Amino acid sequence: MLEWRRRREPSRAMLYLSPLIAIALTMVTGAMVFTAMGYDGLTAVFDFFLVPFLEPHRWPDLGVKAAPLVMIALGLAIGFRANVWNIGAEGQYIMGAIAGTGVALATYEMSGWWILPAMALAGILGGMAWAAVPALLRVRLQVSEILTSLMLTYVAVQVLYYLVRGPWKDPDGFNFPQTRMFTADQTLPVVIPETLVHLGIPLALVIAVIAWLVLEKTTAGYAVKVVGLAPAAARHGGFSAERTTWVTLLIGGGLAGLAGIFEAAGPFSQLTPQFPVGYGFTAIIVAFLGRLHPLGIVLGGVVLAATYVGGEIAQTTVRLPQAATGMFQAMLLFFLLATDVLVRYRIAFSARPAKVVSR
Amino acid sequence: MTASPHDRTDTPPRLVLSGISKSFPGVKANDDISFSVKPGEIHALLGENGAGKSTLVKIIYGVQQADSGDISWDGKPVSIPSPKAARRLGIGMVFQHFSLFDAMTVIENIALGLDEAVDRDELKTRVAKVLQSYSLPLDPEREVHTLSVGERQRIEIVRCLLQKPKLLIMDEPTSVLTPQEVERLFETLRQIASEGCSILYISHKLHEIKALCDTATILRAGRVVATCDPRQETTRRMAELMIGAELRQIENAHSGRIGKRRLIVSGLSLHGEPPFGTSLRDISFEARAGEILGIAGVAGNGQAELLGALSGERLSAVPNAIMLDGKSVGSEGAGERRSAGLACVPEERNGHAAVPDFSLAENAILTARYRLPLAPRGFIRLGAVRRFAQAVIGRFDVRTTGPGSPARSLSGGNLQKFIMGREIGQEPGVLVVSQPTWGVDAGAAAAIRQALVDLAAKGSAVVVISQDLDELLELADRLSVINEGRLSPPRPVAELAIDEIGLMMGGIHGAAQPEGAPPHA
Repeated sequence: MLEWRRRREPSRAMLYLSPLIAIALTMVTGAMVFTAMGYDGLTAVFDFFLVPFLEPHRWPDLGVKAAPLVMIALGLAIGFRANVWNIGAEGQYIMGAIAGTGVALATYEMSGWWILPAMALAGILGGMAWAAVPALLRVRLQVSEILTSLMLTYVAVQVLYYLVRGPWKDPDGFNFPQTRMFTADQTLPVVIPETLVHLGIPLALVIAVIAWLVLEKTTAGYAVKVVGLAPAAARHGGFSAERTTWVTLLIGGGLAGLAGIFEAAGPFSQLTPQFPVGYGFTAIIVAFLGRLHPLGIVLGGVVLAATYVGGEIAQTTVRLPQAATGMFQAMLLFFLLATDVLVRYRIAFSARPAKVVSR
Repeated sequence: MTASPHDRTDTPPRLVLSGISKSFPGVKANDDISFSVKPGEIHALLGENGAGKSTLVKIIYGVQQADSGDISWDGKPVSIPSPKAARRLGIGMVFQHFSLFDAMTVIENIALGLDEAVDRDELKTRVAKVLQSYSLPLDPEREVHTLSVGERQRIEIVRCLLQKPKLLIMDEPTSVLTPQEVERLFETLRQIASEGCSILYISHKLHEIKALCDTATILRAGRVVATCDPRQETTRRMAELMIGAELRQIENAHSGRIGKRRLIVSGLSLHGEPPFGTSLRDISFEARAGEILGIAGVAGNGQAELLGALSGERLSAVPNAIMLDGKSVGSEGAGERRSAGLACVPEERNGHAAVPDFSLAENAILTARYRLPLAPRGFIRLGAVRRFAQAVIGRFDVRTTGPGSPARSLSGGNLQKFIMGREIGQEPGVLVVSQPTWGVDAGAAAAIRQALVDLAAKGSAVVVISQDLDELLELADRLSVINEGRLSPPRPVAELAIDEIGLMMGGIHGAAQPEGAPPHA
């Protein structure tokens, strides 16, 4: 008989193994599903998860996709640690891009080294402003930030549509719904010549290291963890849950906003209605796959970036639909949540539970 | 010894356990336990926390299954796979922690606890009959949150009695009762026993067992160490059997010199948090250097709220409602109060005084960072933190593998020693501690009490909030009683009689008893 047995201690090994098990299960299930649908399932999975890593010319693209995922996921993970469930990073990402683009459009025809930092700062503030709304509602009125942050995402999308089709439409753009192209001073510099590798990639790594140091070595990081693990103990130790809610939401919004403006000032070089590609949602998977640990999130970001890169490959090689990327990502989260049961439980094979035997 | 229906007496024992063993990963909770309970006998199961009492009764009540061993019931071998099966045999159990819905009435709670659906009117008649035949004062239509703890316990007892049990298991029933309520409970239990129902009475309070029980089985570390007649034994001898060592007396280092007033609370009022929090009403007391002030009271009368108000988890609108060494701190947060020298230890260890998932070193940071240089300018100094945690572990004899082990891996008593050590190690001017030895084994409890006495002797003011009257009488210089959020004026312990304290705990403050107030006991 197969049964679940509760572990006396949560298993540390399983904590790190379960993401790997989830990835393996996703690959196996993906192969079966797409084979059943008449595609070449094995090749599809191979293209999705392995080709992006095996072909070195894909690596820059992998980095470009991983950078925003890692930045957003770092901010989200800090919040998740404190039991603050910001689900609306996508909206904060869009608002960051909008605020930064606002600076870019205002500085059109200007030049100077200060323009890009100003855009980045505006991006951070834009994301923070969008995250401040759920923070205020939660702290003042106990409204769940899960709902408010998620709903604000759709508002942000509409704001973007309005701007690129209305006031911010490129006057020289043949009426296409898009802003002007950014100038050289408004575009992220490339750090490895002749590649797509822009400044955002090393910066994402630096932010990950800083996040790790803050979480492990400062009382601010300590506060985040205590508030999340034991709210009453946090109060007892003099940590304010309200302050932590504010700070973590603002950090999450700020990092999402920064990722947004970097994406606009990097790969896009303008704002278009196609700008939101769901990085803000995918980053939630990254955060959990990385075990809410900054260094794990870097790895998780690369894995999820591979599903974007691999999705494009599989579209051409086995003609998989674009939606397959979303399906693989969703499956990954699903299996991750499922395999996390193994952290607290183990599977045991046993005859019958021992009983009081009557003589 | 095995179950034999052909003992010398004609009636077989109600319950016979032979060779019951039960292991959990890493610990043998029950090791070859055998004893029997006769019909109508009140049988004590005596042992410290962790001795295996709870596991054993869970096996008898069908909550858990033994790894090996036999149970026989009225002379017949049985297996008890579930609590429902236990109830079918005629076993009833009153748990230490009640399972009652606060927002529902007594009768609704009783109906919910029954195995079969019973018609409401019929249930009312049956409950009324039980209440009458045992003369239990209880209004079936009252909502549970309006009841005292003693009354809540009666609901659980009535629930069991409705099933006409042949064995009633009582798990630490008096831990939350006033002395008068205890006496009342004992009368009920004696009456139940006189009608032939056996009672298995679990406790570590020796004088109660001497007063109530016919036989006592003493457990230590999962094994039966003795079976005796408690009426014939001294409490000291039973305590030593239970602990397995000689009892250590607290050395009272009181120099008798009471110094300046360090903590002055005046007119402190706070609304209870909904839905069932107790409001604090006009609380005033002072604690002086060198003394231990005891605050007695039945659980749920505002102790948690008082501790929260003193620790700064909840702030008072009036700054000088709380004065610490001459400084108004009533509106200051927990951190400021700690910096000023006021340390508090709440009753709940896991998740309140300590974070179970954190290591002991990390738990040291939680409260000690204000008075010790553990995290200057917000940067945690891991070396200093570990050294402090290690010092606490050494000084208070905390059994653990080191500062890196998670708090959850420690037994309750060891974690409590660590928490007390963490606070005392900061040398606070005032220490307020709630239930310092709750769930702690006797050896550790003695060490904690000694540490409190020593701290007071060094010139700190110590306030001990406890439901354990014996503990307060042993420790405190002066004693007050908290009842429904009101605190009686402190009085020297030497002047107080137990009966008087008991009446105060039940809400009767000398002549100040208001006319027509509902008696609780």
